[in-house]
Amino acid sequence: MPEQETSVAVENLVKRFGDFVAVDRINLDIRKGEVFGFLGPNGAGKSTTIRMLCGLLKPTSGRARVAGYDVAREPEAVRQNIGYMSQKFSLYNDLKVIENIRLFAGLYSVTPGKLKERIEWALAMANLKGRENLITGTLPGGWKQRLALGCAVLHKPPIIFLDEPTSGVDPISRRQFWDLIHQMAEEGVTVFVTTHYMEEAEYCNRLALIFRGKIVALGTPSELKRDAMKGELLLIECEPLGSAVEALQSAPDVMDAAVFGNALHLVVPDADAAVPRMEKYLANHGIVVSRIEKIRPSLEDVFVSLTTARDAGEERTA
Amino acid sequence: MTEQLQSANRSAIKAEGLTKSFPGVRAVEALSFDVRAGEIFGLVGPDGAGKTTTLRMLAGVMPPDAGKATVAAFDVVRDPEGAKHALSYMPQRFGLYDDLTVDENIRFYADLFGVRRAEREERSTELLKAAGMSEFRKRLAGKLSGGMKQKLGLVCALIHRPKVILLDEPTTGVDPISRRDFWRILYELIAEGVAILITTAYLDEAERCHRVALLNQGKLLFCDTPANLKARIGKDVLSVIAPEPRRLRSALEHADGISSLVLTGDGLHVVVDDAARRIPEFEARLKSANVPFDAIHQVAPTIEDLFVDAVAGGASSHA
Repeated sequence: MPEQETSVAVENLVKRFGDFVAVDRINLDIRKGEVFGFLGPNGAGKSTTIRMLCGLLKPTSGRARVAGYDVAREPEAVRQNIGYMSQKFSLYNDLKVIENIRLFAGLYSVTPGKLKERIEWALAMANLKGRENLITGTLPGGWKQRLALGCAVLHKPPIIFLDEPTSGVDPISRRQFWDLIHQMAEEGVTVFVTTHYMEEAEYCNRLALIFRGKIVALGTPSELKRDAMKGELLLIECEPLGSAVEALQSAPDVMDAAVFGNALHLVVPDADAAVPRMEKYLANHGIVVSRIEKIRPSLEDVFVSLTTARDAGEERTA
Repeated sequence: MTEQLQSANRSAIKAEGLTKSFPGVRAVEALSFDVRAGEIFGLVGPDGAGKTTTLRMLAGVMPPDAGKATVAAFDVVRDPEGAKHALSYMPQRFGLYDDLTVDENIRFYADLFGVRRAEREERSTELLKAAGMSEFRKRLAGKLSGGMKQKLGLVCALIHRPKVILLDEPTTGVDPISRRDFWRILYELIAEGVAILITTAYLDEAERCHRVALLNQGKLLFCDTPANLKARIGKDVLSVIAPEPRRLRSALEHADGISSLVLTGDGLHVVVDDAARRIPEFEARLKSANVPFDAIHQVAPTIEDLFVDAVAGGASSHA
């Protein structure tokens, strides 16, 4: 990261609804030009945090500064300095391309002096020059999505919030879209991504995982895969799979067992030590193991491990 | 076990040359596949690949232009009512009543499918337990989270013990924890010999299916087990981790042997012809260019790698 300037600074941020603590003293420090991913299961405090960062909800206590503005005291200024794009809702399908751009320019109060230049810029970025009069709904997915991004940044915000921006988009368009995002980040735009899809999380420079209102993990995707997982992962191919799952429920040292098609993923404290023990244990239950090996956890494995371990009432410092 | 094998040899769903066009677009083109009892079969592809159209044809709610399909031995065109009785179709927006409770929604669907009361009680208790929703029976459906709603939809769709289940993108927008619960229910069902056809736009979710049909723009690209699909790419995949991914890309993008290269959040994902040969070459190249990097690992190819390789010939992602 060439820039070290802070773009989003969150200190001990708290939001209570009655007795319920939705966001519990979280701290974040996001640099200018960083692509930052914010992950967490439904109801973990993710949306509440974002609503506070966008100046839409007042924090109970703590502080958050976005693009230099305090979200509690200057929510108007915060809203003028952010862009927002979601794959689910962003454009009006029955409007023409140019009508969508004009609409968003109006919503974001782009000044008349800059309007022409910004429209040209958005059309160029979305590769839609000469196609201004097409109905938005008829555009292929990848184009629509670039247009949505163009509309979200018409007012040149220093920070943009993306919510599952590439869900459902084909992998080739998705790669091109993320290239564009990284280019914008290189030019100094801070990108704040929320998603349930680990394929999208892999494109972020750093990730934070929120669970029950607290940040439970923070780091680059490879750091999280290396360090954040509670336990190690074994891949087991065996027959019959159904009895294996049942037998493993009560096996010693098995922290989690999940079926993946024709194989099992097992979370254990020490994979190397577990291999001979699991082979023996499964053989004793009449299960034939054809393959057993330690594998590297995916981001999803990490996500599930961190949010279910705590479900079981275990404590662990983040 | 022998019973499982016997049922495994029966086709619960058979599609032969299914074709459907809408004005200006060939939505599904000569699609053939079969799903066995006790199998989870994935129709996987991006939006617009033809997944929903295929499911609608199989559910007997949309006639194909050409081709035929049988579901639980009923021809869906000639005998759609017979087919409808044997299957359960869960569309993307499953009709739950927000102002009814979980129990009331289940009762509604049970009545609709003509399930007797005693059986309804037994079945819903068992399904709600599997869904981890036993304590939410009195909650209004409108007050459930997205993942819970999807699980309730599944419970309603399964109340009459269908032999064939068609699920259209049931996990879209659902968090990974609820997604796992959802899949756990599916794995429990196949033990009962049910055939499950599920669609998803998430290529990584294909890993959870027994077999997968990879679709793009209405056409079948490949149909195989996830392991065979990944082996099919015939290339190696490297993960390079580095503090400055863009510098890393500039240093590597013109190196020999690369068929695709993607910038990720903390490095690069590179498809190459031969990992053993390219790893030392890349290391030397990065050292001489003074580009810092933590490690180059060979990683397993993903279904996304296969998709990109098949659709773009691997040449696109540099652009």
